[in-house]
Amino acid sequence: MKILNDLGSIIGITLMYSAPLIYTSLGGVLSENAGVVNIGLEGMMTIGAFAGAAVAYFTQNPWLGFIVAGLAGGALALLHAIACVTFTADHVVSGIAINFIGPGLALFLTKMLFDGAAMTLPLDLDHKIPRPLNGIFSSISVSNPVLVKIVNALNSIFNQYATVYIAFILVFAVWFLLYKTKTGLRIRSVGEHPRAADTLGVNVYKIKYLAVILSGILAGLGGAAMSIAVISNYRATLISGQGFIALAAMIFGKWKPQGAMWGCLLFGAAQGLVVHLGGTDLKVSSQLLAMIPYIITLIILMGFVGEARGPAANGEPYEKNQG
Amino acid sequence: MNKINFDNKVIEMKNITKKFGDFTANENIDLTVHKGEIHALLGENGAGKTTLMNVLYGLYEPTSGEVFINGKKVDVTSPNIAIKSGIGMVHQHFMLVETFTVVENIILGMEETSNFGVIDIDKATKKVEELSKKYGLYVDPNAKVQDISVGMQQRVEILKALYRGADILILDEPTAVLTPQEIEEIIQIMKNLTEQGKTIIIITHKLKEIKQSADYCTIIRRGKKIDTVKVDDVTEEDLASMMVGREVSFKVDKKDPEIGDVVLEIDKLVVKDNRGLDIVKELSLKLNKGEILGIAGIDGNGQSELLEALTGLRDIESGKVILDGKDITNLSPKEIMESGMSHIPEDRQKRGLVLDFTVAENMILENYHKEPFSQRGRLNHRIISSFAKELIEKFDVRPQNDKQIAGALSGGNQQKVILAREISNDPEVLIAAQPTRGLDVGAIEYVHRFLVDQRDRGKAVLLISFELDEVMNLSDRIGVIFDGRIVDIMDAKKADEKTIGYLMAGGGAEDESE
Repeated sequence: MKILNDLGSIIGITLMYSAPLIYTSLGGVLSENAGVVNIGLEGMMTIGAFAGAAVAYFTQNPWLGFIVAGLAGGALALLHAIACVTFTADHVVSGIAINFIGPGLALFLTKMLFDGAAMTLPLDLDHKIPRPLNGIFSSISVSNPVLVKIVNALNSIFNQYATVYIAFILVFAVWFLLYKTKTGLRIRSVGEHPRAADTLGVNVYKIKYLAVILSGILAGLGGAAMSIAVISNYRATLISGQGFIALAAMIFGKWKPQGAMWGCLLFGAAQGLVVHLGGTDLKVSSQLLAMIPYIITLIILMGFVGEARGPAANGEPYEKNQG
Repeated sequence: MNKINFDNKVIEMKNITKKFGDFTANENIDLTVHKGEIHALLGENGAGKTTLMNVLYGLYEPTSGEVFINGKKVDVTSPNIAIKSGIGMVHQHFMLVETFTVVENIILGMEETSNFGVIDIDKATKKVEELSKKYGLYVDPNAKVQDISVGMQQRVEILKALYRGADILILDEPTAVLTPQEIEEIIQIMKNLTEQGKTIIIITHKLKEIKQSADYCTIIRRGKKIDTVKVDDVTEEDLASMMVGREVSFKVDKKDPEIGDVVLEIDKLVVKDNRGLDIVKELSLKLNKGEILGIAGIDGNGQSELLEALTGLRDIESGKVILDGKDITNLSPKEIMESGMSHIPEDRQKRGLVLDFTVAENMILENYHKEPFSQRGRLNHRIISSFAKELIEKFDVRPQNDKQIAGALSGGNQQKVILAREISNDPEVLIAAQPTRGLDVGAIEYVHRFLVDQRDRGKAVLLISFELDEVMNLSDRIGVIFDGRIVDIMDAKKADEKTIGYLMAGGGAEDESE
């Protein structure tokens, strides 16, 4: 019955590693549905990871850290919106700049606040994001050895930080926002055909700003879900490439929240596999194993992007007064 | 015409001037429209009709001038203000979100919501259905726009305006993209709407439709108002000469053809469409030197695929194409071109030009790699420029600037650039696909004369067009295409519209296929 144990632990790790990706990927969904390409997610995630860890450390309040992380991501996203929407800059170039600013600023502030160290000081376990359903199945007392195994497996699946559950709730929330509300209809219209929206009196710029800032907030939360839940501090290599993986998951999910979630789970599973295999006595270099999620990204992008169709006006700057 | 209320001036535009930099698009234009009338704005492409309406709809701010709506002066600084004043606009290029449903498109910006901004889609659908019934504008509310016909898309656009409570509708080139049946429908719809108290302004350069639908017509030429006339009092010829500023003839003057040898032979050609189905089915055709052979037919009967196959853009499954004794079946476009075939593509903006390139660059697209334009892999811009200037002069491309970006030219001038380039190869066979689509009267005349000229020089022209008038006017022989086959070929002098129309719709096809 070792397999049950392994499965429980892999699913648990998958969920844990998927959560930060899901936040960030949902951010990408919002921004790109409004027609703003956001490869700056990586930078926004990084600044969120730092802000979350630092604020949680100084205030000893993880939730405050989580919220500030969102605000930090949102602030960086505001820069992206100003560049892309108001000044019609190329979205990719602006995104690259954001990806330099995010980690740079995070490192600078870390050194300033933590006496020149390259990482923030770790949080105590009590001051990380709580795990609400931890051990909930232990209260069920069973004697059958198979059932015990199942309970143990369930325990390792639900041994999750609150941020994981919030991530899945947000998948639903973003889906509802995009497909059931007036704001969502406007966001999607602006990404598909901004001029049509404009002629109907929709404020294209306002909607784009809203979507981009929300996307930064989500990416910031994603960063914090890494730095104050999955681990307990921020360091420079914490978010290496996860923003891009979230972006790939979004494309894999055809720019839809639920699709992005499946993409993130897939990448999370790859990460879970890496962690799990690392714990076994498999004789493969850990550096090679660590490549798995990135290789999967590449394969998926090659296999799926060709057929995927994003919002029609994605990445095109919108200028009001052009015939 | 008792439906028009002459005491009620719903729109008065006074002394409207709109400048873009140095360019004056509208100069002191006055326009008065009464309640219940269909008012046509007539002018060539680029005359300033659409600019004037964009001013009325709040998309442009006028440089000077005043707008009165229902007798009150209004500063229309945004579409929102226009919408609130009861004006709705249906743009030439539909402003519809393809991936949205019909209802979603209609309610966008004025959504029917329950609490917390959640859209009440059932209520919205009901409202749309009511409007649709009231004005006889049939739509499928839950279909996605990308799946519905162009005619229905247009009805969605009109419903969009009515949903916002529009009493005055501006329709920009409403018939440009419609089939003949759909054109009749839209004219009927416009009449229904005015009977129910709406007022309609149509922007157009199609004279026939003005005669069929409009009560009054205001003619604009080069940004200035020429006159407003009662449509019943004038002929199409009168309107045309007011629009162009000179006499226009609708008949193409041409002498009898001097028909020579066969130059292009198409033998049992089979071509597949994008879905992999046969769309050109064993089509055979012979084209002679010194003639224009027109292919009449309804869109979608294999015309596009036929010309793509002939020009090397699409694979030929079986059959042969012989050009001047040489087998050119499945050769590359470049080889076919160099064998003496030129091509005026159906879609001039997608296939005919690189819109972001200059006029000069577009003119050497086919020969850029040859001397003297390039020497040892380096472009000689001085020679290219002087070559382009010569063609610009000869073909009267305006503005006369070889550095002009092609995308900024009017449709007629874009077409002239293509003609100039194609003819500089001196082709034996010229394939002209929809050569006058979207062009105004003056430009159409120019293109027609050009094609006849080509024929008079002993070259062969294969004309593929959906405009039956054009095919009948220009051709020496007319072939009718239906379901991927040429069902009949006749002498143009003996052809009559009825017979061809019958054949185009598939009449007589059964006997052939037996």
